[in-house]
Amino acid sequence: MHRYTRLAAAVIISGVMAAPALAQELTGTLRKIRDTGSITIGHREASIPFSYLDDKQQPIGYAMDLCMKVVDAVKAELKMPNLKVALQAVTSANRIPLLQNGTIDLECGSTTNSVERQKTVAFGPTYFVINVTAAAKKSSGMKSLTDLGGKTISTTSGTTAVPLLKKYERTANIDVKEIYGKDHAESMQLLATDRVAAFVMDDILLAGQIANQPNPGDYVIFPESLRTEPYSMMLRREDPQFKSLVDRTMAAVYKSGEINKIYAKWFTSPIPPRNVNLNFQMTPAIMEAFKNPNDRGVQ
Amino acid sequence: MNYNWNWGVFFQETPDGGTFYWEMLVSGLGWTLAVSVVAWLIAMTVGAVVGTMRTLDGKAPVLFGHAWVELFRNIPLLVQMFLWYFVIPEFVPPLKHWMVNTEPVFAQFLSAVLCLGLFTSARIAEQVRAGIQSLPRGQRLAGSALGLTTWQSYRHVLLPMAFRIIIPPLTSETMNLIKNSSIALTIGLAELTFRARELGEYTFSFFEAFTAATLVYVVIAMSANRVMAHVERRVAVPGLIAAGGGGH
Repeated sequence: MHRYTRLAAAVIISGVMAAPALAQELTGTLRKIRDTGSITIGHREASIPFSYLDDKQQPIGYAMDLCMKVVDAVKAELKMPNLKVALQAVTSANRIPLLQNGTIDLECGSTTNSVERQKTVAFGPTYFVINVTAAAKKSSGMKSLTDLGGKTISTTSGTTAVPLLKKYERTANIDVKEIYGKDHAESMQLLATDRVAAFVMDDILLAGQIANQPNPGDYVIFPESLRTEPYSMMLRREDPQFKSLVDRTMAAVYKSGEINKIYAKWFTSPIPPRNVNLNFQMTPAIMEAFKNPNDRGVQ
Repeated sequence: MNYNWNWGVFFQETPDGGTFYWEMLVSGLGWTLAVSVVAWLIAMTVGAVVGTMRTLDGKAPVLFGHAWVELFRNIPLLVQMFLWYFVIPEFVPPLKHWMVNTEPVFAQFLSAVLCLGLFTSARIAEQVRAGIQSLPRGQRLAGSALGLTTWQSYRHVLLPMAFRIIIPPLTSETMNLIKNSSIALTIGLAELTFRARELGEYTFSFFEAFTAATLVYVVIAMSANRVMAHVERRVAVPGLIAAGGGGH
């Protein structure tokens, strides 16, 4: 009985609290969206399968699907069914400045949620968890990160993999030479042509690059991890109304199990443009993120 | 949504530890200068030879010079950089063997200076040719009349005058070369622009990083300009260009 009283009280209180919240003056991004009548989504061009261009140059992907859930929620919240949705391509170098200066309102890609970045921007609930590790050719016989000692590896400049690898070199007391590719495809090219012994990057991005090689079976991704990193959509800091909308929307998608369908669509089924299947099963860390939605950044 | 400038970022430590961001930019500047200087030497040497060939009487050298210029001038620099670093080693096994086994930075440096040097040589060759062709025809004939060989007339009569005439466009080429060296970042050479991007990516202070890089490029390019202007004054022969013009 006591429990029900409490529950009833909670329902009444939340009802009372929610009513003025709706009437509250709009601030931040939601206000900007209402005033301009449009929301701008920042997308990536080649972050397969998160956010990339299909053969018709339209941005698609796992993160895009999730962001569109947020867009639907914005439409409902602002009662603007005809809200204009603008799409803006961003790169890993310009995504943060473009978010800060208001060019984009929400970034949907493969952005690591880190404590350092949280000083500048805010993140929605984690939607993917990656391991930073290495891929090599099976024929090289290498099986673990310590095998990289004395070898040359490739990695993509401007990613979090670079400082991580440097740190690992110091702790494992190995010496690794790095070559920086300007994008993942170029770093993969260096591995495919035997210019380097391994490619150090996020496991899912490695899987994406390998899936697009002529002989995907020739490559192995090391099971170890230099670090796990949560991926999430990025929004502006100190924007409580929009942040709460994003959090609520994502939590609902996770709780309803809709996320399983969206995950399967992009990670365990053939995806455009070449109908390649990444075959990347949900890891325990990812399941945990869906069970307990959170926006904790990595150190 | 105003931007908060954070100029203190240059005095923060890098994630690798032990060094500061300004030191990272300085090391980038070092590579920019090294690539520019070596590529400039290649460009001037090859450019002078190819440009001269295009003004010779024989058919073969003219054709070769023409092909050279069109080859290097018509392919985008970015593509050439990719070809030198990624594609050509696939066809030259000893080169690839060397590139795999040497320090990565040597392979990047070699590709960058060859690419930039030869690309710019095509442009300099055109200017050298234009410089020689702007000289009155009588000069070449006078050289022959005096009994000078082709080599001697070029060495003592035509080239010294042609080079004086083309110093201003050569200055532009030199400045272009310095700015073009930033393309080397696409093959991972950690030059100034590469470092500025890296600084931005680690600290999110992209605007500060690129403002600093811009200022450094302006200073280098302006210095090159001043040096060339000084050379122009030093080697000027009073009345030469006016006299050359009067010969037409």
